[in-house]
Order: sequence, then C-alpha cells, then structure tokens
Amino acid sequence: MTKTRIPAVEGWFTLDDEPHLVGSRCTGCGTVFFPAERTACRNPGCTGLDFEEHRLGRRGRVWSFSTNHYAPPAPYVSPDPFVPYTVAAVELPDEKLVVLGQVAGEGPGLRVGQEVELVLDTLYEDDEHEYVVWKWRPVEPGPNAPTGGVTEGV
Amino acid sequence: MGAHDVAVLGVGMHPWGKWGRNFVEYGIAAARDALDDAGLAWTDVQFVSGADTMRNGYPGYVAGATFSQALGWQGAPVASSYAACASGATALEVARTRILAGLCDVALVVGADTTPKGFLAPVAGERGDDPDWLRFRLLGATNPTYFAFYARRRMDLYGATRADFARVKVKNAAHGLSNPYARYRKAVTEEEVMASPVVSDPLRLLDICATSDGAAAVVISSLDFAARHGAGSPVRVAAVSTVTPRFPNTVIEMPNFSTDSSLAVAAPDLPFRDSIAAAAYEQAGLGPADLDLAEVYDLSTALELDWYENIGLCGPGEAEKLLRDGATTLGGRVPVNPSGGLACFGEAVPAQALAQVCEVTWQLRGRAGDRQVDGARTGLTVNQGLFGHGSCVILTR
Repeated sequence: MTKTRIPAVEGWFTLDDEPHLVGSRCTGCGTVFFPAERTACRNPGCTGLDFEEHRLGRRGRVWSFSTNHYAPPAPYVSPDPFVPYTVAAVELPDEKLVVLGQVAGEGPGLRVGQEVELVLDTLYEDDEHEYVVWKWRPVEPGPNAPTGGVTEGV
Repeated sequence: MGAHDVAVLGVGMHPWGKWGRNFVEYGIAAARDALDDAGLAWTDVQFVSGADTMRNGYPGYVAGATFSQALGWQGAPVASSYAACASGATALEVARTRILAGLCDVALVVGADTTPKGFLAPVAGERGDDPDWLRFRLLGATNPTYFAFYARRRMDLYGATRADFARVKVKNAAHGLSNPYARYRKAVTEEEVMASPVVSDPLRLLDICATSDGAAAVVISSLDFAARHGAGSPVRVAAVSTVTPRFPNTVIEMPNFSTDSSLAVAAPDLPFRDSIAAAAYEQAGLGPADLDLAEVYDLSTALELDWYENIGLCGPGEAEKLLRDGATTLGGRVPVNPSGGLACFGEAVPAQALAQVCEVTWQLRGRAGDRQVDGARTGLTVNQGLFGHGSCVILTR
C-alpha cells in the first residue's frame, strides 16, 4: 500500500518538484519572515499589519552546520536504530537571512560557504503517512538557479 | 562608587550534582547559607525574588512564593522571574531595582533546579505553535546543534581547532578542582576530551556542559542598610544588564528556525551577545580593561571563546591566542571561569547566573581558596537565555 505524503508542518513549504519555503513579507517595509509572520511586523520602526506570501529563494550558502550523533529527545521521531543527521544553517542572499534545515543525503565534505538548494525529503513515517519536510541538498558549483519572489497576497 | 550600586551582603550555594531531590530543598539550603553569610535572619528579608524552573511543575513557576513558603511565610512581597538561562540575573535585577527605588532595604534572590538526564527537551505535548517544540520535531535541532554552529564558524573563520576547544575544558577542569560546590572535580587532559564521543560535530561530549541539580542565593541591600548593618566594605553590584536583541538579530539563536532578515533594516553595529556586556560596562562606567576576572557561560568549550570576544577581552578571532597564552587561566591577566564554569558544574538553569555572582563575590572578598584570583577588585558575569535574554552583572569592591 502506498503511503500518503503529507507535510510534517502545514503551510511552511510548497509541495512541488521545485519546492520553496513559504514565508511572509511586510507590505509596509518589505521585511521577510520565515516562518511566516502574519500578526504584526517585527521591525520596530514599522507598524505594518499586512503581509503577502513570500516564497523564499531555493538556493543559498552554508553559514554553518553540524552532524548529530545522538538521538534527540521527543518530539523528534528517530528511526530505530538511530541514524546520524546533519542540520545546516543556510544564508539566503535574496532575503538576507539564515534559515535552518536538515541536509538531504549525507554530507561528509559539506563545508561552510557551499551552495545548497531546497528539496523535500521524508522526516518520518507511520503506518499510513510519510511526513515530508524541507531539507538542503548540496549542489555542484554552477549558475544560480532562479530564486523566489513575491507572489499574490494571501 | 556608582549611584546605582547595591551591596551583596551574603551568598550561598547548594552543591551541584545529580541528587534527584526536590528543587525546593536545594533552594532553601542555598538561601539559609546566604542569610548566614549576611548575618541576617529570614524574617529580616523584605522582598523575595525567585528565578523559576520550567521542569518542576507549578511550584517552579512561582519560585519566589515557593521558597518563601518553604522558609516560612513571613509576609514579604515576592516576584518570580523566568528568562531561561538568564533567569537568575533577571531575578537579581527585579530585587536590585526594588531596592534602588527605595521600596525595600534588603532582598533575597534564589534560583534552584532539578534536571532530567540527557538533553534538555521542550515542554511536553503537541505544541505546533511553539518554536522550541517545532525545532526538535522538524529539525532535531538540539541545544548542542546550535553550539556546534558557532564552533564550526570559529574553525572556518579563525582557524580554531578541536584542540583549542579541548584546552578550554582542560583549563576549566583545573580551575574547579577544589571548588566544593562543583559537580565535576577531576583533572581532564586534552587527549581525554578528544577521545570523548562526538555529540554534535565538531563538539564532543566533554566539550558540552551537562545538566545538573543545584541552587544559588544572594542577599542584596541598599548601601545605607549595609553600613547600618556593619558590613564594612561589601562587594557591590555595579551593573546588571538584561538587554534584549536589536532588530534585525542576524545571528541564528536557539530555538529559532531563522534569523531576522536584514533586507529592510541594516544589522545593528553590535551583535546581540556583544551588546549584553556593553550595556553593563556603560552602566558601571567601566570597560574590559578594568576586569580582574570573568565568569562566562561555557555551555560549550567553543562558546567560552566567543564570550572572550563578546565581552571585549580581545578582538574577533583572537580568543584562541588569548587562551593559548594563558591569559584566561588562573595566574593569567584575566582568569575566566575560576569557579570551573559550566564545565565543572553542569547547568542548573535558574541557579546558574546566580552561581556566577556567588563566585565573583567570593573572589572579590579574597575568599576563593585555591582558585583565588590575586587582588581581584572587579569581576563580570555574562550569559544569554533562550528567546533573547541578556544577562551580565558587574561586581566591584
């Protein structure tokens, strides 16, 4: 039986072949937030209350990373036996922010400054569902892929 | 002497360990020691400021009242503060400002914790709107994961090595050998650190602080009260900084998924960790050159090196050299973590910032025994609590 693929968290990323993280952008000052801020702009010089959906750029560069060799506590769902995994902090040039994500595949040889792109991968499974999450996958050096931009308001 | 100074009349601690008993028991032991040290009775205390714990049920959320009830209700008003690792400094600040406002003369500040084994975990339940819960669920981003990001940056930017990190542990282990309140009192070699299992690469088990049970308490008063009480020339609190970050905060911090964006507003001149000590220096009218010692929050060995730069002991990228030159070792120019630091204590969250104040107080009184910093007159404590809490205290004598 094929399991249904569902996002491990609702509304934080798109589910297409070229996935994007979905944040928000203040229509007043242009500041981008991920996860999306929809209540009030957190720029102290802005009183904005209106946001549009913002799909973040799919590529960035590794700011730092770490491979974890011990199973974290719940609510992390660890495979049995535990498999080490890498978490990267990735600098997105278009949004001027650093965003975290696990690294898809294994990353020996991952390095600070390396270019990565966003992919979807399984985070954990139960009997009926495969829960997917965004991850960063190293890309070979090359021309930048198109990056995200502002879409219609939400 | 600053217009905003208050006196430290007494300090007390319950030894750190994994005792498995109720946090209240540790808290009242530390409080009674601090009161004895101050030469005051519990009934002399006019205000009680508790640092909360999130792991011990409702009594932990109302620590001020919990400790007051345990010591015997005597009518003093209470406050209870939570600011994660900065809770102790926040509780101290609540008491200090109450004294400086003239609303009371003498206050007791207490923090205590009982911790579970292993990683600190988020509050239980399905908590899909809590970033602290979600970072574990979606990323497996434990606290050491974030510590490792900073360690990796030092390696990449400044050429720090795993051996440098190990040397911090070796130093702190040596400092804490004779500290009766420390949980770990054992010399550690560089080889032992390097041979310990990798937790969050590049950090190993012995690079990362444990979680501990423990308690610390401080009795503070107005300078007038101290003089009337015959305290002579007491250690004084010259500054308490509890600043928050300035937008945009461009360094990734627990428990966040991302930094602020600097798209619309440029990053501030001082990153958050630098701004914590800067505010305290300004308040005290002192600078890094005035320090005789510092107690910094070595959640990891590499993080201690970051703090050297954040509190201005050296410039960016110079911390490894400062360490290698012995400047931060007992006998050096400005010993850091003469208590042994978190490396020897493990973290008892609401007690830890107060434990730092206890250590600096003993140092400035010249009563720190084998770990005494000769002629210490000015010391600084610094740490940072989850969710944007700065914590820095400057003490002078």
